[in-house]
Amino acid sequence: MTPETLLYALTFPILGVFLGLVYKGVDRRVSARLTSRIGPPIRQPFWDVGKLLLKETVVPKNAIAWIFNAMPIVSFAASMTLLLYIPFGVLKAPLEGYGDLVVILYLLTLQSLAMAIGGFASGSPFSSVGAQREMVLMMSYEMPLATVIVGFAVLYKSFSLTTIASTPVWGVAGPLAAMGVLLLFVALLVVTPAELAKLPFDIAEAETEICEGMLAEYSGRNLALFYLSDAVRGFAMAALEVVLFFPFTLTSIFNLNLTGTPYYVVEALWFLFKVMVIYLLAITLVRTSFARFRIEQASRIFWVYVNIIALVGLALVWLGV
Amino acid sequence: MAKTQYYVPVGPIHPALKEPIRVEAKVEGERIVDVDVKRGFAHRGIEYMGMKRNAIQTLYLSERICGICSISHPYAFVIGSEKALGIEAPPRAQYIRTIIAELERIHSHLLWLGVVAHEMGFDSLLFWTWKGREKVLDILELLTGNRINYSVFMIGGVRRDIKESQAKAVRDMINYYRIFTEEMKDVFLADPVYKARTRGVAQLSKDMAKKLNVCGPVARAAGLRMDVRQDTPYDAYADIGVRAVVPQDIVGEARGDAYDITLVRIYEIEQSLDIIEFCLDNMPEGKLMAIPNYVALLAKIRRSEGEGIGMHEAPRGEVVHYFKYGNKRDGPLVWKVVAPSYNNINTWGSLLLGAEVADIPIVVAYIDPCMCCNDRLAVVRDENGRLIDPATLHRKAVEKTRKLRAELGVRE
Repeated sequence: MTPETLLYALTFPILGVFLGLVYKGVDRRVSARLTSRIGPPIRQPFWDVGKLLLKETVVPKNAIAWIFNAMPIVSFAASMTLLLYIPFGVLKAPLEGYGDLVVILYLLTLQSLAMAIGGFASGSPFSSVGAQREMVLMMSYEMPLATVIVGFAVLYKSFSLTTIASTPVWGVAGPLAAMGVLLLFVALLVVTPAELAKLPFDIAEAETEICEGMLAEYSGRNLALFYLSDAVRGFAMAALEVVLFFPFTLTSIFNLNLTGTPYYVVEALWFLFKVMVIYLLAITLVRTSFARFRIEQASRIFWVYVNIIALVGLALVWLGV
Repeated sequence: MAKTQYYVPVGPIHPALKEPIRVEAKVEGERIVDVDVKRGFAHRGIEYMGMKRNAIQTLYLSERICGICSISHPYAFVIGSEKALGIEAPPRAQYIRTIIAELERIHSHLLWLGVVAHEMGFDSLLFWTWKGREKVLDILELLTGNRINYSVFMIGGVRRDIKESQAKAVRDMINYYRIFTEEMKDVFLADPVYKARTRGVAQLSKDMAKKLNVCGPVARAAGLRMDVRQDTPYDAYADIGVRAVVPQDIVGEARGDAYDITLVRIYEIEQSLDIIEFCLDNMPEGKLMAIPNYVALLAKIRRSEGEGIGMHEAPRGEVVHYFKYGNKRDGPLVWKVVAPSYNNINTWGSLLLGAEVADIPIVVAYIDPCMCCNDRLAVVRDENGRLIDPATLHRKAVEKTRKLRAELGVRE
């Protein structure tokens, strides 16, 4: 591990938390504009985290306290680790040599799992119902998500994200495989709101049904950690989609002759822009234009429709390689 | 292995149910296996308060019964009082009353449509319908001076006229809502997600509706053609000949689910627009009050004796007010209010049984419950669970006040 990697490993999580909160703020603002409201200022998520950190952390009487308190930390740690696996524009991921897409899949699952276990441990009926729903939902969307990742492995003969990020997928794939990749992208876009527990798949946290479900009993610092990991996960998921499907750099598109600092700054801004577009399309727009599904409806959507899309995509990639 | 049963309490404080009532649901996974509805958390004693005041004061008190439809109760109040006192409102006043009542139906139905969208997590639709609702609230403010608690009805008439310039604004509003309801049919009735969440949810058969004695849009969605405006017409409704909106007229069959009730409510908005238009076109000339002088009115009430029942088809169903005047008093001797939610809440138990947890908010919202219309009675128990009679309660209250005063050093 070089000092450079160590520097990245320290700055990436801080940058990731900052960007996650900024994107959450933008998301809330844009969503408000779409529904003819003014919306909170973009810095509102920062205030929210600050407020939660100041508030008392309450542990319910009939909760299993150590699991209840440990799960927010697990979730936050998982999201922080996730950040270290995602190449930030032209910068390499700090942990690039130490894992691949499968690890990312596990880290994404770990956060949902931590929330579900925390929900079960809280001993509240709302949380228990929410945790049950989260488990069902996870079983539903993991399959298409895994299919997408297998599709990439078939295409690149590798699970390494750095390999995938260094050569754009559209250059590697033939016409048939490109169609397959497009279908995989659609499947991943549908999985995104479910993975991030956003409408129409926020069934596990349904506010009007089970009072935020798994988070019902969380407060103070614990809730702040969940809030942060949620923000980071949103950013990371959108960034992952950019890395997988749109890794084009600005210099490669316009043949710019940039070097040194301007190169890194321009590419970083370009990357953030791409992530923002994906974030707004896959999360903000979807969550403002859909009603919440019932759990069995959501399961059917993933098991039947999204799975078919993903498997057809995988088959096309396999035939096209 | 025995399935674990959870006990999910909804209310008296819950995001799906902002009013003081409690639904205790026992669930197995997502399925509700047992349900208990507990009511009576709030006490307002409004009927008792009304019997201590004169009739005009009580009329304004009756507006405060409901927080949303503040015309429904005064309307039933003035009709009941007029029947009991033998007063008849001038024709123009009757038409103005009808216009305001129908304006209120529009705003109440729009509010409900937003609420039910919110309950299923469709907040964009909530903001959209509530934005559309502002128009009718503006018109109500223009006509009466208030967005809520309009204070415009009076025993034997109304207090404000609708002038030509105001009538023009109302016509503009009608045109606005003609387009708005068409859009609403698209986003509510034609939307696949909305359909998926409401079709078959909260399904009430015609027989069941009769047995549970439901009223208002809930009964009409189940296919029962019942509407106070149609069955016992009053004021301008007698000239119009209102026909209750039922799903079988619109789509051919009535399934009585949450989708059908949405259908009924959207089409009732259109019906209200027609009624308002008719009233504006055929508004008779004349005075606004049968007895314009309040002192004379109160004097007449003091001299009168009699009883009467006033009924009005509120947006949620029929509101019934019973009155008895006499005994040389200028207020009602007896005043009894029956609100529509009182009948409709009975459906919750049977509808929730066997439903899913995700359906609780929709079942709860679909009757448009109004607790403040209902809870006008209190049962007070002491620490041993025994009922406390009013005399003891009064004595205890006086004792406590004296104790507080003594502690704070306040003299009598």
